[in-house]
Amino acid sequence: MKQPFEKVVAQHGDTVLRVCRVLLGVHDAEDAWSETFLAALRAYRDLPDSANTEAWLVTIAHRKAIDVLRARKRQPAPVEEVPEAPTALGVPGDQDADLWQAVAALPDKQRQAVAYHYVAGLPYAEIAAILGGSTDAARRAAADGIKSLRKNYLGATTEGAPS
Amino acid sequence: MNVTPDYFASPSDAGTMARLRLRLARAAEDEGLLDVAYTTVDSPVGPLLLAATPKGLVRVAYDVEDHDRVLDALSQRLSPRVLRAPKRLDAAARELDEYFGGRRQAFDLPLDLSLSKGFRQLVQRHLPEIRYGQTRTYGQVAELVGNPKAVRAVGTACATNPLPVVVPCHRVLRADGTPGGYVGGPEAKVTLLRLEAA
Repeated sequence: MKQPFEKVVAQHGDTVLRVCRVLLGVHDAEDAWSETFLAALRAYRDLPDSANTEAWLVTIAHRKAIDVLRARKRQPAPVEEVPEAPTALGVPGDQDADLWQAVAALPDKQRQAVAYHYVAGLPYAEIAAILGGSTDAARRAAADGIKSLRKNYLGATTEGAPS
Repeated sequence: MNVTPDYFASPSDAGTMARLRLRLARAAEDEGLLDVAYTTVDSPVGPLLLAATPKGLVRVAYDVEDHDRVLDALSQRLSPRVLRAPKRLDAAARELDEYFGGRRQAFDLPLDLSLSKGFRQLVQRHLPEIRYGQTRTYGQVAELVGNPKAVRAVGTACATNPLPVVVPCHRVLRADGTPGGYVGGPEAKVTLLRLEAA
């Protein structure tokens, strides 16, 4: 049975917003989130009942984020950096500004792999399907991305958190 | 070995998510993708779920019906494109508020009766002919719809009314004058009858 779309938003809205923030920074994340769920609503009836809803949403978010990145590159003054103090939006706060800069500085593939594995919790096989390329390549991109974040963002050096 | 970076785990704040969800509902309405809009309102007979298709009000549900299950059923029977979108229910919510405040005796809302079929729908179409403050027996309603023997079927039609309160199945009583069953529970039926008798 297909559950009401409202429940899909309730269950996955948060994760998709965090994925969009990692992909695009806080500034553009909300537009990407809205585009993602509107496109998902449009296609929802055709989604097979057996499908992994979160992977499906992340795949849509991936495409929407690429659209945003392309649009940015066409702009005369590209905004390549995430805003440093997005406190009006609540999360992330001031103290996370360094992290978001480090995330924004990652190569696209690494940032995407980090978002889909560490934020959305997708297995590497699913990530490979979204990014193209092999499962190993997806795993490597995520590992390289995390390594680079740990090097460039002090907060990441406190390791050992469970789960 | 695999250390999940918990710095990505910060949940987005509730305000942001509420705003994004409202924006989604608005965009869905603008794009014609909102097949079922719903909201909940408070009332003297408990919280009521109100749901509408583009054609009109399609469902009013009591708390005892379990709103989650009602939404699941709407998703299955009408369309899974269901979103909380209070704006489409503004007129219904206002008229119900007036009704419960004793300032309205009849509802003037577009209705979508697609959740009921055949004889049940026929009965439900006729129920608004029983005016505010009046009552009829199941037998009288059977006569009203031109099928005097169908007393039981009228009972079923009332029990399965998808639009209680607005389509006044609470005005149909047993032949002995006792209230009889009600989708919102017997207490809700008595509350509505008292309100209308005041």
